[in-house]
Amino acid sequence: MCLGIPGRIVKITDSDRKLAMVDVSGVQREVNVACVIEDDEDVQSCIGDWVLVHVGFAMSRIDEAEAAATLQVLNDLGEVQEELAAMQASGSA
Amino acid sequence: MKYVDEFRDPEKAKYLLTEIRALVDKLQAGRDRPLQIMEVCGGHTHAIFRYGIETMLPDEIELVHGPGCPVCVLPMGRVDDCVTLAEIPNVIFTTFGDAMRVPGSKKSLLQAKSEGADVRMVYSPLDALQLAKDNPGKEVVFFGLGFETTMPSTAMTVLQAEAEGIENFSLFCNHITIIPTVKAILDSPELQLDGFLGPGHVSMVIGNASYNFIAEQYGKPLVVAGFEPLDVLHAVWMVLKQIDEGRSEVENQYARVVPDEGNMVALNAIGRVYELREFFEWRGLGSIDHSGVRIREEYARFDAERKFAIQSIKIADPKSCQCGEVLKGVIKPWECKVFGGACTPETPLGALMVSSEGACAAYYQYGDVEKIHDLRAAIGADDAHAGETQAAEAS
Ligand code: SF4
Repeated sequence: MCLGIPGRIVKITDSDRKLAMVDVSGVQREVNVACVIEDDEDVQSCIGDWVLVHVGFAMSRIDEAEAAATLQVLNDLGEVQEELAAMQASGSA
Repeated sequence: MKYVDEFRDPEKAKYLLTEIRALVDKLQAGRDRPLQIMEVCGGHTHAIFRYGIETMLPDEIELVHGPGCPVCVLPMGRVDDCVTLAEIPNVIFTTFGDAMRVPGSKKSLLQAKSEGADVRMVYSPLDALQLAKDNPGKEVVFFGLGFETTMPSTAMTVLQAEAEGIENFSLFCNHITIIPTVKAILDSPELQLDGFLGPGHVSMVIGNASYNFIAEQYGKPLVVAGFEPLDVLHAVWMVLKQIDEGRSEVENQYARVVPDEGNMVALNAIGRVYELREFFEWRGLGSIDHSGVRIREEYARFDAERKFAIQSIKIADPKSCQCGEVLKGVIKPWECKVFGGACTPETPLGALMVSSEGACAAYYQYGDVEKIHDLRAAIGADDAHAGETQAAEAS
């Protein structure tokens, strides 16, 4: 119930009530997108966006830049570890 | 699916575990008890068991599974109210699937359904509203429960019912709020937590500043975390780093979904429809001040509690249940006397056995069965249980 699921907005079905068709792993469902649209924003602008869907409501847009940044931190961690391992290996040789 | 595989990469998990190991070795020098980190959210409990994260982590880290499974903390009296509502002749009672099997004092919703009550599982409160439109001669009640994650969805459904003038829809509101709950846990004397994994999806609604008091007044690090294995490991590492560096801050590991400021549209909807209750009763934890919300007077006609004059009766948890101690992290689920014996996912005694987000069900389904058996034998729990069943059979 509390776990959301990522989906992609494919079309707007009712712009007054802010309803959109969202594709979640190939299954399409009408979802309320009011929470991810700013007041002054055109509803159409969210088509193609990835959102997190909770019990029929899109609750957040998934931010690609932030996702990439988090993954980068983890990558860097690996690189540092590999470098350290290489240093140790050459030091003990 | 977006960012699912990326956050399950075993290679990166290995890096994180190496870093975690190194930090734990450093931090444990001179300490005589494990590092306790509480995950507040049931979604995390579920993820931790599903991916075996507890078994990956060094033994010196103890994950304490917090109260963040709304189904699990639902008191028996409230389940009884649901059954009462569902059994009113003209009512279609709608609910999320998770709540169907929660035991009431006499029966669960599932049992009420098998006895003929019109109980239907829906995916979204909007589906319940649609049912109301399709069945104008019936009263459709939706069982609203959950923390701030699901609160906006029911609030917006009530607002939509009002906008469309749908009079045969009402909400049985059992929503609870996270902050007073965490505060109650921090104030409980038995507890010695070292840090928190913050609930990812609640935070997406309420924003991260809400947790500042945990860092500032209680001096505990909190890292808002996502739900994939790398998210949880990353967040554990971030908590350890804070401890190591002598910091206690609110950090956000899950920035791809959680904006620091929360979601204004959602918060507005919550504020329009709901107000705080003076107190709310929790299974296992007792009454916690301001920990629940009710529907405002303005929307009274959508409030099932008023519409059907529901008088909540407080019902004590069964004596053998130790859900409260498990919720506070004082005992581990397998230390409860009835764990796996009288209380199993098929026949739950306590609510923690009902939902896959509950700590007991998670241990039961994904735990290391042999290890649990040995541990129980060590504390004599199985003997105690054997005695109990015999007594029950004899009577
Ligand atoms: S085993 Fe059952 S009764 Fe015991 S704490 Fe867990 S859910 Fe509660």
